[in-house]
Amino acid sequence: MSVKLSSRQVGDVTVIDATGRITLGEGASTFRDTIKELASKGNQKLLLNLSDVNYIDSSGIGELVSGFTTVTNHGGQLKLLGLTKRVKDLLQITKLYTVFEVFEDEAAAVRSFS
Amino acid sequence: MPEQGPQQGSQQGSADIQSVDASLDSTLDSVDVAEADALRVAEEMGFEEDDLHKIGMAVRECMVNAVVHGNRYNVKKHVQFQVSKSPNRLTIFIRDEGEGFELTSLPDPLAEENLLRQSGRGLLLIQAFMDELEVLRGQPNGTEIRMVKYLAQAS
Repeated sequence: MSVKLSSRQVGDVTVIDATGRITLGEGASTFRDTIKELASKGNQKLLLNLSDVNYIDSSGIGELVSGFTTVTNHGGQLKLLGLTKRVKDLLQITKLYTVFEVFEDEAAAVRSFS
Repeated sequence: MPEQGPQQGSQQGSADIQSVDASLDSTLDSVDVAEADALRVAEEMGFEEDDLHKIGMAVRECMVNAVVHGNRYNVKKHVQFQVSKSPNRLTIFIRDEGEGFELTSLPDPLAEENLLRQSGRGLLLIQAFMDELEVLRGQPNGTEIRMVKYLAQAS
């Protein structure tokens, strides 16, 4: 199953709930298009909830990084929420843990934007 | 898809039994085929879930490199895919027919200035997930990857 994304507002933070796999092909492009669309519409506080994503390949990691850059270039912030152990391991292996702000608790993540 | 499918019983080296020897098309479907074949053999050998995940991911990364960067989806080119096993070792061999590359020419994905690059992390992940990784120039062309995962001994 490739990734499914839905977004919701919590105050002025847009939370993107992701489910499935972010991998080369459909999954990665769905993710890229969604982030670009939200950023171009002026959403500057994006919180990506990955708690239901247990598989990301190197292309998916590339899309996370690209999303981070896109949002940052629009003057916004992209933060991550609820990493599974496998995704956390991937971010550690690739040193991206030092790039992304990562949260386990949604309320704390939302508060961090203000 | 010529010569596709497992071939049981042939020997590789003195202790390794070759379980899969396939010539796969240069398509993303082949990535799924290779992952499934490798995982079937690994599961039969008794690898546990966490290692199965790592093996599956290493095979996917390697196959994507072969299909996308090596053969560039060229329908005339194929990816040779072999899986062999010994009682404690799974060996996977993947060879494309692309132009090949020099390992030393690849940017270090862990260098500060490369952290925000969109690509270039595949080999890093394969190296992290497998116990051994060899990247060789194919003859007469292409890239050959040989990777090994050892079955942890029950204590």
